[in-house]
Amino acid sequence: MAQSKLPGWVNAGLIPALNLLTAFVVSGLVILAMGQDPVKAFGYMVYGAFGYGEAIGYTLYYATNFIFTGLAVAVAFHCYLFNIGGEGQAYLGGLGIGLVCLYLGDLPFWAVLPLTVLGGALFGAAWAAIPAYLQARRGSHIVITTIMFNFIGSSVMTFLLVDWLKRPGSQLPETSPFPESAWMPKLHELAGALGIKMAHSPANLALLIALLCCVGVWLFIWHTRWGYEIRAVGRNPDAAVYSGISPARAIMLSMLLSGALAGLMGVNELMGEQHRVVINFTNGCGFVGIAIALMGRNHPAGIVLASLLMGALFQGGAELAFEMPAITRDMIWTIQGFVILFTGALEHLYRPQLERIFLRGEATA
Amino acid sequence: MTDLWMQFLLTADATLRISTPLILAALAGLCSERAAVIDIGLEGKMLGGAFTAATVSYLTGSVWLGLICAILACLLLALLHGFACITHRGNQVVSGMAINIVVAGLAPTLGHAIFHINGDTPPLPQGARFMALTLPGAEALRGVPVLGPIYAELISGHTLLTYATFALIPCVSFMLYKTRFGLRLRAVGENPEAVDTAGISVAWLRYRAVLIAGALCGVAGASLSTALGASFIRDMTAGKGYLALAAMIFGKWRPGLTVTACLLFAFTDALQARLQGVSLPLLGEIPVQFIIMLPYVMTVILLAGFVGKVVAPKADGIPYVKER
Repeated sequence: MAQSKLPGWVNAGLIPALNLLTAFVVSGLVILAMGQDPVKAFGYMVYGAFGYGEAIGYTLYYATNFIFTGLAVAVAFHCYLFNIGGEGQAYLGGLGIGLVCLYLGDLPFWAVLPLTVLGGALFGAAWAAIPAYLQARRGSHIVITTIMFNFIGSSVMTFLLVDWLKRPGSQLPETSPFPESAWMPKLHELAGALGIKMAHSPANLALLIALLCCVGVWLFIWHTRWGYEIRAVGRNPDAAVYSGISPARAIMLSMLLSGALAGLMGVNELMGEQHRVVINFTNGCGFVGIAIALMGRNHPAGIVLASLLMGALFQGGAELAFEMPAITRDMIWTIQGFVILFTGALEHLYRPQLERIFLRGEATA
Repeated sequence: MTDLWMQFLLTADATLRISTPLILAALAGLCSERAAVIDIGLEGKMLGGAFTAATVSYLTGSVWLGLICAILACLLLALLHGFACITHRGNQVVSGMAINIVVAGLAPTLGHAIFHINGDTPPLPQGARFMALTLPGAEALRGVPVLGPIYAELISGHTLLTYATFALIPCVSFMLYKTRFGLRLRAVGENPEAVDTAGISVAWLRYRAVLIAGALCGVAGASLSTALGASFIRDMTAGKGYLALAAMIFGKWRPGLTVTACLLFAFTDALQARLQGVSLPLLGEIPVQFIIMLPYVMTVILLAGFVGKVVAPKADGIPYVKER
């Protein structure tokens, strides 16, 4: 297909903005069909996401989860692998983090942190390793196997939380609380130590870890040999073989890294806020990661922006469900689905029209 | 011995019941993918069908209206998928995922807006459901050794949708392999250029394939909420769409093998329901969670071990771009 000759700002700015706008208009129509006022609804959402300090903190806290899962999907995507298993990998990663915190959590924080990061990454990578191996060596469809591993992971975790790791004497399927030395410092606490006043919120140090991961992924994918190999296999596996690259190795590498990144989600969710492993703590973030990667065009900078948008959607959606009880939190999923549809599958919706507008001017000039 | 035989018959009976939506969805995926349009959205379409069928059946009291509306709703979702994948040549997996997520959110949202009970529909009364049919003579023949119980337990006592599904299997097979439309549909999945060169519209053929898939998903959804169950429950598809997709891949995009795979998955599912809380010799009682994951684990093992490298229709997932 011919590469689009549209100016950069149209490609990277105007088209995604128009697609996003369409997604919100369609969502608004759904709200209208339910007999509610869409303008008021979106007003609540914007206020709920950015209107006051605590709201911004919550938005950042949700965004942190999405940066991890979004990066995970993107890294696999560079190898043209559709990792739908972020949910399971994040869930199992949480187990790794939880085990470290429960058994080694009494160590000082500076020692616990690297161990938990390692634990989350290892468990997440391990859960991605089996589908990766099956794809690389047996040609099993990675979409199907990662989906199956989500279900299997969910069963395994329920089993562990109910039968093995449950807090003694409790009825809830959750572990004992982590020792306080394994809690992530909150951003407002860090800011307070520096003498800056910040609204209380669950946003924590994990945000900085997520941003570090973004830089790391950017360096890895575009500035290392392994990153090059992954991209080469993603673009054209046959050509990659001719240049001496092993597709199987690239597949394994990108999926392991992908699983590791997804596994780190628990650093924010479990160490930052829950302070124990709870059932279903991933809450669909692995799937949101797919949308994040798509909207962010698989680039870390785009992923940060997309995560902020989704974080705002989640936090604003909570406010919306509170202010307008007729609209439940499920509506967030609907809006999100439309965002994926219009920014992902229908990304070329306006391209022909825009090409007509912008390239006509060029032809006459 | 007779007890074990009865246990087997009851499990087989449950297998047929459970396999109904799975077979319909797998055949839907098959029709779509044979025309080179990947359909990850089976799950969402089924869920949408289940919700529409239950809602309309409850509100009108007619299960037939429910079924028709479920099919219409799924045709709309299929059109959306077609619009994104065929007209706009969007990423097919992404479009399917988007449909899954939209429906997973929209069904409980609308359910809550209509019924105000946590996103589910109220239990459906008798007339608003597909009830089990007792075939003629089932009770009279029950006493006949071997064949009697098979007829009474296994063959009789299913809903109309189950019988229709099994009647549909040879029809889909005939359509794909023995009709001109089926030949063209398969051709468009292998070599769309050739079909285009022959002066047949690639897009229109693919649209029709996607619409067939939509209609089948509508029936599958209706069977979930009005035949297998008696109301819509949020997320009631619980991965059946993905399982159907796995069955289709396991079945190498062929109707016979695909249906066999569906029956196998349904059998594991029926078995896990029977195994819960049962103490097995040597193994003892297996934790519920491990039994629940049985179908999923089996899918992975079958995909990895027995199927090996599967060959999809050659153009599967590739949007068609006409030479200009």
